[in-house]
Amino acid sequence: MSPAIAIKQVSKCYGSVCALTEINLEIDPGEFFALLGPNGAGKTTLISIIAGLTIADTGTVQVMGHDVLKDYRHARANLGVVPQELVFDPFFTVREILQIQSGYYGIQGNARWIDEIIERLDLADKANANMRALSGGMKRRVLVAQALVHKPPVIILDEPTAGVDVELRQTLWDFIRQLNQDGHTIVLTTHYLEEAEAMCNWVAMLKAGRIIALDSTQNLIGGMAAGNTVRLRLQPDYLPDGLKSLEMNRKHTGLRELQFADYAQLEAILSALRSAQVQIVEMQFQQPDLEDVFLCLMKESGNRHK
Amino acid sequence: MTGFFTLLYKELLRFWKVGFQTLMAPMVSTLLYLLIFHHVLEAHVEVYPEVAYTAFLIPGLVMMAVIQNAFANASSSMIQSKISGNIVFILLSPLTYREIFFAYILASVARGLLVGIGVYLVTLIFFDTPLQSPLWSLTFVILGSAILGALGLIAGIWADKFDQLAAFQNFIILPLTFLSGVFYTIHSLPTGWQYLSHLNPFFYMIDGFRYGFFGVSDISPYASFTIVAICWLAISCFTIGMLRSGYKLRH
Repeated sequence: MSPAIAIKQVSKCYGSVCALTEINLEIDPGEFFALLGPNGAGKTTLISIIAGLTIADTGTVQVMGHDVLKDYRHARANLGVVPQELVFDPFFTVREILQIQSGYYGIQGNARWIDEIIERLDLADKANANMRALSGGMKRRVLVAQALVHKPPVIILDEPTAGVDVELRQTLWDFIRQLNQDGHTIVLTTHYLEEAEAMCNWVAMLKAGRIIALDSTQNLIGGMAAGNTVRLRLQPDYLPDGLKSLEMNRKHTGLRELQFADYAQLEAILSALRSAQVQIVEMQFQQPDLEDVFLCLMKESGNRHK
Repeated sequence: MTGFFTLLYKELLRFWKVGFQTLMAPMVSTLLYLLIFHHVLEAHVEVYPEVAYTAFLIPGLVMMAVIQNAFANASSSMIQSKISGNIVFILLSPLTYREIFFAYILASVARGLLVGIGVYLVTLIFFDTPLQSPLWSLTFVILGSAILGALGLIAGIWADKFDQLAAFQNFIILPLTFLSGVFYTIHSLPTGWQYLSHLNPFFYMIDGFRYGFFGVSDISPYASFTIVAICWLAISCFTIGMLRSGYKLRH
């Protein structure tokens, strides 16, 4: 079975500035994939190349086995894209927009599916309202709906939750998760790393147009050297010599931070404190998350590039 | 073909929804031109023997409205979509560049035809101007608005802002229209200007269109038809090539 998206040796430069440099990436069907990176890392350029909105200088891109340039009709029919910008056509109502968008994909009489997307995205009240009359969040929902009218096997969402309230974010993720369970491949970019961590099973991190990490979410977080952290407020504020090697060079709101690899070590920490007659006044645990991985990788590759 | 028909439908719906601006306004302005020129010039200008100046003017004004509206339709739709960003919905879809081309052109032809017919009907209220060979007139309206639709598409794709589009319209389309014999027969011009007028493709559109009204024209309608058809073919190929290359649309 061909990958949902196959990117080979893709580069794209604008004058002397290279937005993407030799990107290689394969996304398997059914995956929930996060494309992460700081602003200007090249995420949107990469998505635009997959969608055929931008043409790569070198390399090839396939969607469900169809080349996005040579076989663009099939590639685009297999792809739904939610653009980052809140764009809309001011001449039409929500339902008209969705009917028109279906038509572009050669689908007639799509009313049942359109009704379902309208329902699922909580757009029923606004179905006959003109696009101009909608709030930002509503327009965002319509963008999602437009990307789904042709039930594409591959769905790309470019920062779908930027500037969106909590309720919609929840509605949106429930719907997307359902689509993923139904077999759709989902690729998303987001600046909310907790969302990516909760939803996505694979992550690619981009920086300055290069992929600096590509792994399952689990492996990336598991691979963090930092391990677990325990934060302690001690009385008296004194750390026995045996524990000093574990202490990290930072204090978090007056709490000492100790790092440990696995929970078995915790007992040793507690007993060392007990024998030194130091009391624990407050204790917090923290496990590494995607944000730690992200910050760590961005810093590392930053140092490398210096 | 569903994709093509949908885009065509969307383009038709777009101008239909703002019909006061896109259909009614040109009828009113053309009628004003006609009434004023009729009042001022009827007694002073002679064009063809047995054809009164106002009668001569009517087909010119109808064709001028057709030209301006066919151009405005494709160009404003394209630049609005580009500037507001919603062109992305067309670019993301599997529509071929030919489908996109023909949908925009046919919508322009439809608006050109509607405005042309509308303006003609309104003039009939005031002046009796029968059509001698409607088929010739219809042919030139369709070909003329198809050419202007394609030029509108070129301008809409090329222009990055409304100012550039206005420049295209005011420095290219408008002079070509006004100097094509809308208000006069080129036989009334000095030889040099007559020669220059023959280089203007709009001249053949209007002259051929006028033949449909009176059965007389500055040159043979067959020659006009050939020239206008070749122009249409050349401009269409150029526009399709532009769409295929992704110029200013796909970066």
